Amino acid sequence: MAIVTLTINGEQLSATDDETLLQIARQNNIELPTLCHLDGLSDVGACRLCLVEVEGSNKLAPACTTRPMEGMVVRTDSERLKKYRRMIVALLASEGNHQCSVCMVNNHCELQNLAYDVGLLYVRVPYLYPDKKIDASHESFIIDRNRCVLCTRCVRVCHEVEGAHVWDIAGRGIDCEIIADLNQPWGSSESCTSCGKCVLVCPTGALVKKGESVAEMEKHTEFLKYIVTARRKGEWISFEHSEE
Amino acid sequence: MMKPRVATVWLGGCSGCHMSFLDLDERLIDLADKIELVYSPIADIKEYPRDVDVVLVEGAIANVEHEEFAHIIRRNSRFVVSFGDCAVTGNVTAMRNGLDPDDVLHRAYVELADLTPRIPRDYPTIAELLKQARPLHEYIRVDAFIHGCPPTADQIWSAVSELLQGKTPALSHVFLRYG
Repeated sequence: MAIVTLTINGEQLSATDDETLLQIARQNNIELPTLCHLDGLSDVGACRLCLVEVEGSNKLAPACTTRPMEGMVVRTDSERLKKYRRMIVALLASEGNHQCSVCMVNNHCELQNLAYDVGLLYVRVPYLYPDKKIDASHESFIIDRNRCVLCTRCVRVCHEVEGAHVWDIAGRGIDCEIIADLNQPWGSSESCTSCGKCVLVCPTGALVKKGESVAEMEKHTEFLKYIVTARRKGEWISFEHSEE
Repeated sequence: MMKPRVATVWLGGCSGCHMSFLDLDERLIDLADKIELVYSPIADIKEYPRDVDVVLVEGAIANVEHEEFAHIIRRNSRFVVSFGDCAVTGNVTAMRNGLDPDDVLHRAYVELADLTPRIPRDYPTIAELLKQARPLHEYIRVDAFIHGCPPTADQIWSAVSELLQGKTPALSHVFLRYG
């Protein structure tokens, strides 16, 4: 671990080189929108909302998976980045069926909030209105793939925190979808412990509890902090340890 | 000075946006003094007139009549506003889009019918469903958007007040809301 000095939006900052640009930005009250990132889970750079400009590079870099380097010059708020972020949210909206008014997480939805943050007045690209599989075979939960943004938080929380690894992604490109076990009904999954962590970390109404009505469900992700902190301190037996 | 000629249209929606419009309550009396209402489902006017200054369009484009009407609206109006989530995104009206329109009609008029199950096809006044219900701006140019399902009366009042002053409503964060 070394201390590095870098510039974000013209501000000189120091950080350690094992942090990510996203962590550094947030510690310094620089706002960056995210969707796939969740404190306590690993970062995968899936949603591309935290893309930043790094001087000297002609590619944009996802802040959540980029480490700082000495003398790095980063911009997080250029007009180009704002345009791209709006485009990303518009594409996410157009690829699914996000009828907020009849969604259980209406007004508690991260995608909805992002649409407001980026000022999404309307979606310029044609809506796809997909007809994806809805699975209500689990006794307590439902997955509606039409509302899924493929952030993979459910995949990661199930693997990294619960240690069950029920969820995976199947398919390529537009056909990508979240599957349970060997692409079978969730209710028939033998690895699912019914812990509900995936439901709580899902940023949209793709994973919901049964029996809740429109706008009733609030997601709470605070539990992750306790588990992850306890595990770091060795107070929690992790998946890796239990295998030894 | 001539009063602005205002219209409201109800396409593929549940009329909830218009109900919300009526929720303007006593502000409607103010509004009635300031505008000339030239077309609306709450006024008995048969044909969409020419020279409309501002029109609020509720609902998605769901059938052939809506599609035809959308083009008339555009031709005859200066400022077209998508009014509510169905006009802006398709919303609930578009939930049938993954299904075949015939299956949808069968479900509604045959399977769920209490009396005389029959798809109302043989009447010239009933328009054919389009394959999908889609947002207004996919058919015509739209000048402003009022979000919400339905938009709140305050939201409508704010937007309409600005429109009547000749401004494009600056949709502040408070008024950008889906659902």
